[in-house]
Amino acid sequence: MPERIDYDAKIPNNVSLADDRRLQRALEGWQPKFMNWWGEMGPTLETQGVYLRTAVSVGREGWAHFDHVNVPDYRWGIFLAEREPDRRIAFGEHAGEPVWQQVPGEYRADLQRLIVIQGDTEPASVEQQRLLGLTAPSLYDLRNLFQVNVEEGRHLWAMVYLLHAYFGREGRDEAEGLLLRNSGSPDAPRILGAFNEETADWLAFYMFTYFTDRDGKYQLGTLKESSFDPLSRTCEFMLKEEAHHMFVGTTGVDRVVQRSADLVREHDTLDIGSHGGIPLDIIQKYINFHYTVSLDLFGSETSTNAANYYTAGLKGRWQEGRRKDDHKLTDDARTLDRPRDDGTWTSEELQAILLLNLDLRGEYVADCQTGVKRWNKILDDAGIGFRFKLPHPGFNREVGINSGHHVTPDGTIVDEATWQAAKHQWLPTTEDLTFVRSLMHPVYERGKIASWVAPPRQGINGKPFDYEYVHLT
Amino acid sequence: MTTPTSVTFERHPDRYRHWRLTVDDDVAWLEMDVDEQGGIVPGYELKLNSYDLGVDIELYDATQRLRFEHPGVRTVILTSAKEKVFCAGANIRMLAASEHHWKVNFCKFTNETRNGIEDATEHSGQRYLAAVNGSCAGGGYEIALACEKILLVDDNSSTVALPEVPLLGVLPGTGGLTRVVDKRRVRRDRADVFATRPDGIKGKTAVDWRLVDELVPRQEFRETVLARARDLADESDRLPAEAGVELTPLNCEVTDDGLEYRFVDVTYDRANGLATLTVHGPQDDPGDLHEEGADGWLLAMTRELDDAILRLRTNENELGTWVLRTEGDSAKVLACEQAVFGAKDWLGNEILHYYKRTLKRLDVTSRTLIALIEPGSCFAGVLLELALAADRQYILDGPPIDDEDSDERASITLSEANFGPFPMGNGLTRLQSRFYGDDDHVAWLARERGHALTPAETVELGLVTDAPDDLDWEDEIRIALEGRASLSPDALTGMEANHRFVGPETIETKIFGRLTAWQNWIFTRPNASGPEGALRRYGTGQKAVFDRKRV
Repeated sequence: MPERIDYDAKIPNNVSLADDRRLQRALEGWQPKFMNWWGEMGPTLETQGVYLRTAVSVGREGWAHFDHVNVPDYRWGIFLAEREPDRRIAFGEHAGEPVWQQVPGEYRADLQRLIVIQGDTEPASVEQQRLLGLTAPSLYDLRNLFQVNVEEGRHLWAMVYLLHAYFGREGRDEAEGLLLRNSGSPDAPRILGAFNEETADWLAFYMFTYFTDRDGKYQLGTLKESSFDPLSRTCEFMLKEEAHHMFVGTTGVDRVVQRSADLVREHDTLDIGSHGGIPLDIIQKYINFHYTVSLDLFGSETSTNAANYYTAGLKGRWQEGRRKDDHKLTDDARTLDRPRDDGTWTSEELQAILLLNLDLRGEYVADCQTGVKRWNKILDDAGIGFRFKLPHPGFNREVGINSGHHVTPDGTIVDEATWQAAKHQWLPTTEDLTFVRSLMHPVYERGKIASWVAPPRQGINGKPFDYEYVHLT
Repeated sequence: MTTPTSVTFERHPDRYRHWRLTVDDDVAWLEMDVDEQGGIVPGYELKLNSYDLGVDIELYDATQRLRFEHPGVRTVILTSAKEKVFCAGANIRMLAASEHHWKVNFCKFTNETRNGIEDATEHSGQRYLAAVNGSCAGGGYEIALACEKILLVDDNSSTVALPEVPLLGVLPGTGGLTRVVDKRRVRRDRADVFATRPDGIKGKTAVDWRLVDELVPRQEFRETVLARARDLADESDRLPAEAGVELTPLNCEVTDDGLEYRFVDVTYDRANGLATLTVHGPQDDPGDLHEEGADGWLLAMTRELDDAILRLRTNENELGTWVLRTEGDSAKVLACEQAVFGAKDWLGNEILHYYKRTLKRLDVTSRTLIALIEPGSCFAGVLLELALAADRQYILDGPPIDDEDSDERASITLSEANFGPFPMGNGLTRLQSRFYGDDDHVAWLARERGHALTPAETVELGLVTDAPDDLDWEDEIRIALEGRASLSPDALTGMEANHRFVGPETIETKIFGRLTAWQNWIFTRPNASGPEGALRRYGTGQKAVFDRKRV
């Protein structure tokens, strides 16, 4: 008899893993490959223990369990939010029917695709961030990086769980495929473009966790509405963890802005580069870049795929339950602003169901705006006149109706030459990136922090800023 | 017209409403005498020996009984008992009022009956002679076309005709167009003229164009017909009379949830649009073929399967996926099969050809066919053909789902049955069709005959679609079946028919593929079926209104 593995101890879960032979076998095949991937593509910096939050159950006590953990020994678990016994389908043609506990054969391919795309983004960001540990501005930030990374890893597990538990052999193959694609790989890149971009510095990391992970929040929010209950419950729990990633992004940008504002006041100039800070206009360019790349993740403004997913009940709208309409949308209309070749904008009325990506993007844009307000308040409090702005949604787009048009951040449609000539004012230039990178020196001493960022107002889990969040070798 | 809820297919000559079957030594007379009031569905009269499904079901029964119960019959004379009319073809009021699926199913069944007549001529030495003793139009001429010889009464008025195109805006859908050019080798320009003339062709021209073989004066008609029948009989290699095998009642138990016979049962899952057909293998070793008669396993099972297919096809249109299963002992299946192959006499021959026709019926059935090969199943030899007829095959690689400690494993066994005796309509075996153009592979398979192949071997040999293990099985199968049920039934019908019939075209594949596809399209066009279409307007005195655009 082979030694019995204590699955519940090794892989915390609330899916009865110990009784599910099929899932065990699938995970036994997958887990070593995941560990290899983590070894090759995960964080480069070796540590002796990181003060991490580990979810050991979904209950109030269980999901925020803090301790120093050797990162590869992190217990990536499988958690679904508690099942709501009489949950009903909230939208689409199956509205009112009980939600599905199994994958309906009719939607197998679509559901699998949605899960694979979501799953593919999770390890991608780990890959994008693998070198960042080498230049962390403080132990506190280093700890947050690892927290984000292990949770992205857990979110990968969450999607892999669904593929293993509900999609048979094909699901297992797809789960393996998630580890075979790599961010930026010329042969097997990640599925979505934004996840093949480099995250070369910590400002980019904060921007990524603010803007790009926020896209993740909205995508998870739509999948949380899914009629396929296991997907819904998985995403609900992931959203809990995702909130921390956005906290890292929001407060990260806060702290950069704060530090820059301090330096502007201290030296009474906006040109703070020579004083070890990041100039506000470079921050604005980072916003412009990360925001627009993230907008691309919402897909094309008009989408029959999204409409089909909605009608089928696979993917809902953000907070579907709070929407006051028929939840079918076949009779509703919405307007879409479309750029024209003559340089003007036209407004077009379309069936609401065809504009679901736009609907979600609208929610996202409003949410992003709150961060901009926060950062501007910091400038305001410091008595600085500079203001950050989100660029026009047509600016710098590769996906959707704006791709192929040249739209300035204020929404003016210009010709290509004009756009190219002004591009350096709007998007980070090579010099900007080189400059930011030049500031990226690791600060691994307890209680110390890099020159370009302010310390956080609070530590993690009630610990002070100078707590030894990471034990280094 | 309301479609009947349950059509049955068992008939007996004692109770025929539309035919008279008389056997005189080695010649049988099969006389069509359609009861005008005997439509299978209320709402039309079967005038002028026009027919509907019920008439054809009796014809099918007669052709089957002739082969099994009357082995001494060498020639069958197919004629009409009515004056001046042989047959007016399919009843137009019936066609005009029928739902699309009913029309299509009707055409399919009648085609199978025609093919069965030709099969009797070719493989049983039971030759058919059409004695066309009056006007003969449309499906009437198509019945004649199925016969080996056509004699036409020379009364200077009786014609043969295919008036569907000019009168009804549809095609002669029971193989008429194909048989005229392919079988009777009528020149295509003449075929064009013929098939666009509503009044048909009579007399010498009909002979010159090869539409009929001989003209016979009215006075001498019966004697000449009989004489020609005797000539044909003398040419036949069918052995002299021997006691036939009576086709006894099938005793099918019909419930809301399925059908149950002795060796076949069918269960319905209406919510998921599924019918599960389980064929049970023989319980005993084979005995004497003739003594067992209709009780012998292969014949009894074939009759039940044939009946089940027909009932499902006609009565259960929304059960779009058929799951094919078997249960029993493979060794016994092979023993029974061997007893039939080894018999080398007319009865063994009839049983094998009947099973062949039943498999062909499965091949042209517009339902998704999925074979599930599980522990305890007996997909060996003849029964393996069922799995090979299916669109997909899944074998369970592991213990039975309900008993994980069991040592029993699924397997399949190839035998000579899989290498020739049961060709499909395209003339190829199911294995040749499956591995089309790869004769080496088929030769390899031939060397693997006679032993049980494990799931892994069936995968290696390409005999199954997939071999999920016991942990995956239920989900994989459920998802495969649910996924299938969600697809467009029309697209599936088209796709399956394309995949099933690879390679060469034959008269059969042309009829079931090319002709049926066109007829299907025409049947749904307003020019034929619309309120002002030719089928609806036929007989009203009003002219059909055609949309003149050619598409």
